[in-house]
Amino acid sequence: MSIRTVRRISQVFFLLLFLWFCVAMNLGDRWWQLRGWPVNWFLHLDPLAALATVLTTGVLYAGLLWSVVSLVLTLLLGRFFCGWLCPLGTLQQGIGWLGQRHRTRQRQLEKNRPHRAQCVKYVLLTVLLSAASVELLRAALRAPWEHTTIFVPAAAAGVLMALAAAGRSGGRKTAVGILLATVVLWAALGAVVPSGALVAGSLHTGLLDPIPLAYRSVNLVLLPAADHQLQTLSPVPRYYAGAALIGMLFASILLFSLWIPRLYCRFLCPLGALFGVVGRYAVWRIGKTGGACTDCRQCDRFCEGACDPAGRIRQGECVLCVNCLSGCRQAEMGYRTSVSQGGEILSPDLSRRGFLLSLAAGASAIPMLRLDGSLAANWPADKVRPPGALIEPEFLRRCIQCGQCMRICPTNVLQPAGPSFGLESLWTPVLNFRIGSSGCQFHCIACGHLCPTGAIRPLELDERIGRGEYARKGPIRIGTAFVDRGRCLPWSMDRPCIVCQENCPVSPKAITTIEDFRTAIGGDLTLLSADPTVLEFPPGSLETGRFATGDFRVRVTGPAGSRLRTIVSNTDRFVQITESDPLDPVPAAGTVVQILIRLQKPVVEPHRCIGCGVCEHECPVKGLRAIRITAENESRNPAHGLLLS
Amino acid sequence: MKKEDTAEAIDRRAFLIRVAKAGACAAATGAGAWLLHKEEVRTHTAEDAGAAIPDYSLTGRKPALVVVRGASRERTLQRAVSGLGGIETFVSPGDRVLIKVNAAFASPPSLSATSHPDLVAAAVRMCRKAGAASVSVTDNPINDPASCFALTGIEAAARSAGAEVILPREKSFAAYTVPGATLIRRWPVLIEPLLAADKVIGLAPLKDHHRSGASMTLKNWYGLLGGRRNIFHQDVHTVIKELAMMIRPTLVVLDATTAMVSNGPTGGSLSDLKRLDTLIAGTDPVAVDAYGAHLLERPIAELAFIALAEQAGLGTADWRSLHPDVMDL
Repeated sequence: MSIRTVRRISQVFFLLLFLWFCVAMNLGDRWWQLRGWPVNWFLHLDPLAALATVLTTGVLYAGLLWSVVSLVLTLLLGRFFCGWLCPLGTLQQGIGWLGQRHRTRQRQLEKNRPHRAQCVKYVLLTVLLSAASVELLRAALRAPWEHTTIFVPAAAAGVLMALAAAGRSGGRKTAVGILLATVVLWAALGAVVPSGALVAGSLHTGLLDPIPLAYRSVNLVLLPAADHQLQTLSPVPRYYAGAALIGMLFASILLFSLWIPRLYCRFLCPLGALFGVVGRYAVWRIGKTGGACTDCRQCDRFCEGACDPAGRIRQGECVLCVNCLSGCRQAEMGYRTSVSQGGEILSPDLSRRGFLLSLAAGASAIPMLRLDGSLAANWPADKVRPPGALIEPEFLRRCIQCGQCMRICPTNVLQPAGPSFGLESLWTPVLNFRIGSSGCQFHCIACGHLCPTGAIRPLELDERIGRGEYARKGPIRIGTAFVDRGRCLPWSMDRPCIVCQENCPVSPKAITTIEDFRTAIGGDLTLLSADPTVLEFPPGSLETGRFATGDFRVRVTGPAGSRLRTIVSNTDRFVQITESDPLDPVPAAGTVVQILIRLQKPVVEPHRCIGCGVCEHECPVKGLRAIRITAENESRNPAHGLLLS
Repeated sequence: MKKEDTAEAIDRRAFLIRVAKAGACAAATGAGAWLLHKEEVRTHTAEDAGAAIPDYSLTGRKPALVVVRGASRERTLQRAVSGLGGIETFVSPGDRVLIKVNAAFASPPSLSATSHPDLVAAAVRMCRKAGAASVSVTDNPINDPASCFALTGIEAAARSAGAEVILPREKSFAAYTVPGATLIRRWPVLIEPLLAADKVIGLAPLKDHHRSGASMTLKNWYGLLGGRRNIFHQDVHTVIKELAMMIRPTLVVLDATTAMVSNGPTGGSLSDLKRLDTLIAGTDPVAVDAYGAHLLERPIAELAFIALAEQAGLGTADWRSLHPDVMDL
């Protein structure tokens, strides 16, 4: 079996494994459901997610320790991950093969020629990691001001050393000048760099990192779309807000590989760039063994990484597709520990200036994004995060937008945030109570247990519902319900309802009702005659049967009156009331009678409301709900508190 | 590149071919437009499900209800059903039985907001023993269906006792009109499992319900509705009556072993529950619910749906007149 066949088997195996993990991400205990399948494994292997979260939080969280395995293997073997394992790479390679199949040899060679734009992925990697490490960069810039006692002596020592080292030659002035200029520039930048709230690590690698991207695309677009037809994975069809944007990015990546094989891997993939940087030290590497090469360029023809194996091989671009090994007629190409006889290019095609500019671009993006005040006074009220989500700045340091929480959420209420929640929050999880089979279920803690980076904490059920040792703290609140009295049926339209109260899951309920009786017909009625349980009015006074629903009462003025009696049935002139409470004394003809409807008007008790949104989900006013959740009083942020105690 | 793309001068033959192609395209456009053209607006209305829901009841059976006091749901159920004449009177060998449970909320069985798994298992086993060809368990819950069936323990209990659990998938619903109804008209109903059943058994827990007074065996049929069913809360008593018109069950069981006496129908705390150690089984759901109201110490007058159902000829509200057996285990 050729090494290329082994690589193909590996790719197919890992692609199927990845798809299987996506399918198995269903709550349940059957073999095809989530019952211990390591569905996050591909994310755990992702060193970009690991490195970026380490930069933002200083911690290598839980399963991300696996990423050390992929890094170490890359240090030994090169970019095996891209060529042998990455599901997005495999899909692109398959589609790229379709595109290349009918091209002439010359066109195939053209398509696989190294391109200047392959450096873009290094730019993206730098920008994303710089945005993640913006606090570290800021601390470095602030050193002259915050660590003056160290900085000033160090700078002075530097100047003295430069004076000594440069000796008497003419370089002395230049060296000292450069050093002094550096010190001044450093201090000046340190003085103007924005402070505090505007500068905090923010994680955006997930937007382009192929592993979260693939999970997000399959979980939130492909599987739900297929399941709308099959109705197998989920009994209730699943919807994801803004799925089109996620799906179009995914489809574009795949379709563009028809034009240029592995276009995304070569030009854009930040994870590939990271592997490329690490892979320069690879112990084993592809290269010419020397001597026999006839320069037929068969190796270039099928090169997936566009790394120019026939010429000076760009080791950082090689995805270890090993097509050159299997394709070479002279057995000239080898995978060895020695340097290629054709020469090697190790460094990424990115100049120092380009690197510094990318660094600056990434670092300045975060303060600009936060100038919108979305983490200060302008926080979006409808940004309701799942229970266990960390406070917003900490959340944004960790979320890689992989969509695992939204896929496992049994009710489908967890949704990818659209641009209206702020660009920084794009595709992070927010609750949308209009979508799904219910609100955020009281006895559910699924999302936090799947979150690969700890942006949502894994909660115990006791903590979630405020039981046992958490009884004093009470349940976790993600927001508060507000009744819109202008839209609520009992409040504004004199129609009974209280579906919200009925479905409130906490005990005692966070929605109580105020009983009210409102006149059901315009004006009063005048009695013609009566007996203890039947009242007679002029013919045509009433709509037959309308008041027999159990919700209507009569009020008789006068001595028998004040107390309300339930109507059992009515015709256009007779009203029968319940036999258990007859009229005594029987009112006289001419008595004024009112027909009232009994209403229960919902009121939220804010100290009990947990913001689960079951009420908003169930509210029969389906357009703009008459009871809605906003993030007020959420447990994770005391600054959003609503009550004094 | 095709020849016509590069032709510089056009000859007569090429010109005639071009005219013929243009003419064919114009003719096809005209013909297509003529076929599709209509003056009136096309409207779309939901079609009713073709079939009617059959009457599953065994009419005129005496006694109409039996009350058994005891702590074990399995034993009280057995005793109550044998008091009604034995399960064989209700389920014949080869019957396909549908059990409509209350799985409305994704909460554990200890909170008694849903049918207890022990009761579900006992009912399934009983039907199996009577020779039922198949037993299915279904509901269209309020919370997420899969979570509800899993967390309530109903799914596991039903499966292990030999029943199939039918989750309410979209394709199982069809628009349905209850004859004589004013509310349930062309409304999505979970009809597929109903039409596939010979016998229908309702298993409901006894629960407090702020809007309707109490949730019992009649209210339990709410879980057969789909769509925006919450809108019916505006006239909850009438819709419960119409549900009673829609489903004439073979047998209903009201479980008041631990009844939810406050904060219903969700409960959420053990302090909302009260041990009544009572189970009622019957063929007259109105009488069974009236007895339930009696257990909850609620005046029947507050539960208007009971009177409405009685007026519609669906049962007897005055359970005392039926002289039910009340047995202790």
